[in-house]
Amino acid sequence: MSALTDLSLAQMKAGLAAKQFSAVELAQAHLDAMAANRHLNAYIVETPELALRQAKAVDDGSRTGPLAGIPLGIKDLFAVEGVQTTAGSNILKGFVPRYESSVTANLLRDGAVFLGKLNMDEFAMGSSNETSAYGRVISPWKAKGSDAELVPGGSSGGSAAAVSARLCAGATGTDTGGSIRQPAAFVGIAGIKPTYGRASRWGTIAFASSLDQAGPMARTVTDCALMLTSMCGFDPKDSTSLDIAVPDWAAGLTGSMKGKRVGIPAEYRLDGMDAEIAALWDQGIAWLKAEGAEIVSVSLPHTKYALPTYYIVAPAEASSNLARYDGVRYGNRVTPKGGNVHDMYAATRAAGFGKEVKRRIMIGTYVLSAGFYDAYYTQAQKVRALIARDFAQAFEQCDVLLTPTAPSPAFAFGAKADPLAMYLNDVFTVPASLAGLPAMSVPAGLSASGLPLGLQIIGRPLDEMGVLDAGLAIERAAGFTARP
Amino acid sequence: MSVDSQTVRKIARLARIAVTDDEVPGLVEQLNGILGWVEQLGEVDTKGVEPMASVMPGSLRWRADEVTDGGIQDKVLANAPDAASGFFAVPKVIE
Repeated sequence: MSALTDLSLAQMKAGLAAKQFSAVELAQAHLDAMAANRHLNAYIVETPELALRQAKAVDDGSRTGPLAGIPLGIKDLFAVEGVQTTAGSNILKGFVPRYESSVTANLLRDGAVFLGKLNMDEFAMGSSNETSAYGRVISPWKAKGSDAELVPGGSSGGSAAAVSARLCAGATGTDTGGSIRQPAAFVGIAGIKPTYGRASRWGTIAFASSLDQAGPMARTVTDCALMLTSMCGFDPKDSTSLDIAVPDWAAGLTGSMKGKRVGIPAEYRLDGMDAEIAALWDQGIAWLKAEGAEIVSVSLPHTKYALPTYYIVAPAEASSNLARYDGVRYGNRVTPKGGNVHDMYAATRAAGFGKEVKRRIMIGTYVLSAGFYDAYYTQAQKVRALIARDFAQAFEQCDVLLTPTAPSPAFAFGAKADPLAMYLNDVFTVPASLAGLPAMSVPAGLSASGLPLGLQIIGRPLDEMGVLDAGLAIERAAGFTARP
Repeated sequence: MSVDSQTVRKIARLARIAVTDDEVPGLVEQLNGILGWVEQLGEVDTKGVEPMASVMPGSLRWRADEVTDGGIQDKVLANAPDAASGFFAVPKVIE
C-alpha cells in the first residue's frame, strides 16, 4: 500500500475516480505511514477515526467534490470542530473548538479527508519549529554523510515535514512572513501564499491579522493549485475577505512563459550571499529565459527595511491579538494562591506562552505604548507603504518576480539561538507578505550537501495564475525528483 | 532608545505577563537587541507617506445589522476553565 502515498494529489484524484483504489485504502495507507513516522513529530493529533469515517462516506458516494477522498493534514492553527486545536501553544492545550474554520470548512465541502493536526511553531512565531510546545518537528531530510537532525523550517514545519515524508497528500499552511514558503523550500515541496484577502481568516488562530494568509503546501504546483481553489473564497465573517470569484487555477495552468517578463530584483542579491543560492537563482533565470520569458532587472529599494518593518508590525498586531488568552473563556488558567483576577491573567500568560511568544508580545506592547507609538509603529507603517510602492513600480516593468526563497538550506537545531539570526532567515519572504502579494516556493535543486533549495515567484495582486504558471515552468525545468 | 529593567517590568505588566527577577536581565538584553536593530527604520525618509494599516484598498465592508448568531451558550462555555450558572467564572474581584 505504500505506493499509494507516493502519488501526487492529482494522481490520487484520478485513481479514486477510476476506482483503482478506494478512499478508505488511501486514507489507511497514510494513517499507516503516519504511525511509522511518529519520530518526526509532524502531527500533534492524529484523527484516524475521523479520516476513515470521511473516507467511507466518499466511497459510498455520500461525500463528493473536487477533493473527494484526498487525505490532507491540517496545520494546528485552523480550528477543526471537535478536534484539539492549540496553535502549538500550551495555553490552548486541550482546547476543542465547537466551530469549523472557513478554510477547513471549504476543504470539507469539497470532500477532503482530514488525517490530523500538524505541529507548528507556537502561534506561528518561528522559522524552525523549535518554538512548538509539543516538541520540535524533525525534517525527514538529512545532509549527505551526516546523521544530524535538521529543522523543517517554520512556522508550517509540521505541514512541510508531513508532505515531504508522504504522511499526507497535501497540507494547509499559513504564511505571515514566509511560514509556507520557507518550510516548503527546506523540505523540497511547493507552497503558495495567495493574495491577502483570498483565503478567509475566520477560525484561523490570529497572529498578525494584516499579514496572515492561509495557503496550500503539496508536492507539485498542480496539487497546490487544486487545493488553493478549494481553500479560497469570499467569507462575510472575515472583514478583509475579498468578494471576488475564485478561478479554477489547476484548469488554467499552462506553465507557459512566452511573452512574460520576469523581474530580477537587484536588492535581493545580498552581500555575502551563499554561492549555491546565487547559482540556483541564475539557473532559474536561465530556465525561464529558455521557456521564452524576457528577463528584466528591477529595483526594490526599500528591501533592506522589510525585516525591521515586519518585526514591528507583526509583534504589534500579535500583542493585541494574543490579549485574548486571559484564562477566562478558553485555554488554560493558572491562579496563584490567594491571587486576584489580575494575578490570574499574569500567571496564566506567564505559564501558557513560550519564550519567543512572550518576547514578541513584549516588543509589540512596547512599540504600541504611549510615547513610542509614532517613532516605531507609525514609522513602520509608513515604510510598509514604501515597500508596497516598490513592488507596484516593479510590476510596471515585469509580470512576476523571481528570487531565492531562503538564504540557506535547512539548518541544524539550535543553529540560530539568537532571535535576530532566526529572523534574518525570512529576508526574501517577508517583503511580499508586507505588500500582501501572492508568492510561492518551488523546489528547484539540491545543495552540495544534498538538501533541497527553493525558488520564489512573487506576483501582482490577484495574479495567482501568473505565479502558478511560472512555478510550473520552474518545476518542469528543474525536474526535481529527489526525496528524503 | 533602549530599555532598562524597570521598563521591562512595566512592559510585562502592561502585557499581563508575570516575569521573575531572574528573567529580567535576559529580557533587557534581548529586547534591546531587537529594538536596536529595528531602529534603522528611523533613517528612512517618510515625509508625506501615509501609514499603511492594510494592504486592502478602500474601507472595510459593512454588513447588515442582523442577528446571525447566538443561542449557543453551551458551546461558548464548553472550553471555559471555569463556568458557573451559565457564566464565565473568575476569582473574586473586590477593589
